[in-house]
Amino acid sequence: MVPVSYYLLLAAALFALAVTGIFLNRKNVIILLMCIELMLLAVNFNFIAFSRMLEDIVGQVFVFFILTVAAAEAAIGLAILVVLFRSRRSINVDDLDTMKG
Amino acid sequence: MIGHILFFSLAAVLLGAAIGVITSRNPVFSAMFLVLAFFISAGLWLLLEAEFLAIVLVLVYVGAVMVLFLFVVMMLDINLAKLREGFARYAPVGVVLSLVIVALLANVFWFRAQDTPLMLTPELRSADVSNTRELGSVLYTEHVYAFELAAVILLVAIVAAITLTMRRRPGLKAQNVARQVAVRRQDRVRLVKMDADKE
Repeated sequence: MVPVSYYLLLAAALFALAVTGIFLNRKNVIILLMCIELMLLAVNFNFIAFSRMLEDIVGQVFVFFILTVAAAEAAIGLAILVVLFRSRRSINVDDLDTMKG
Repeated sequence: MIGHILFFSLAAVLLGAAIGVITSRNPVFSAMFLVLAFFISAGLWLLLEAEFLAIVLVLVYVGAVMVLFLFVVMMLDINLAKLREGFARYAPVGVVLSLVIVALLANVFWFRAQDTPLMLTPELRSADVSNTRELGSVLYTEHVYAFELAAVILLVAIVAAITLTMRRRPGLKAQNVARQVAVRRQDRVRLVKMDADKE
């Protein structure tokens, strides 16, 4: 086993990579959604590591709910993306500059 | 010792997969790298003795969410060259920002944590402790309302996703069962009276 701190550092690096990904792929909505998934994964790492350190199962309950909400978010996000692509023929963020559908 | 080797090798692959997600030219490769990242994370969660969540991560994320991502990526016909404009221009900002984040968090989790419980190694639990039983015993008692709310959220997500993507296509051929059932003999059959042919 390794100290909890290692897991926290790993989660920090993962989160930072996801932030970088949002900067790099500003135009591609699909990759933005994937980066959000990576961020949530990093957050889940923290919850599980602390749950292990404090011997408290509630941290894992939190992760359970985060996974649920993230799955719902991904489903709705992708549905919006598909509708968007049908009306605009593009998923470039720069093309999404009007409120009218 | 074996724990260290496992942790560091899995962590290296995880960070490599994350870099693959954010730098791949093709979104399909990004999705595949994300699948790899979820698998490796499940392994790391097993090292943290969160067995139930590790299995759920593989089943729900790799089995459902990432398949959904791959479906959408392959269904949409996107112009990749246009989407990668400005990739290099904004890279320095992103790299600097991520280094700042890592530096700040490393300051908290490493340099200021040297004498705190964060640096302790958790003891391995005995083999007869069931993580699933522990999780279930609090999930269905203390957190049962939250659990049911999560179920409602999933239901809302299903309804929302289906209503968003459903559309009426013109020219679609479909059965009209009511009209089929209401049809009568005289609508379909016409008796014709005619003389027999004679040579």
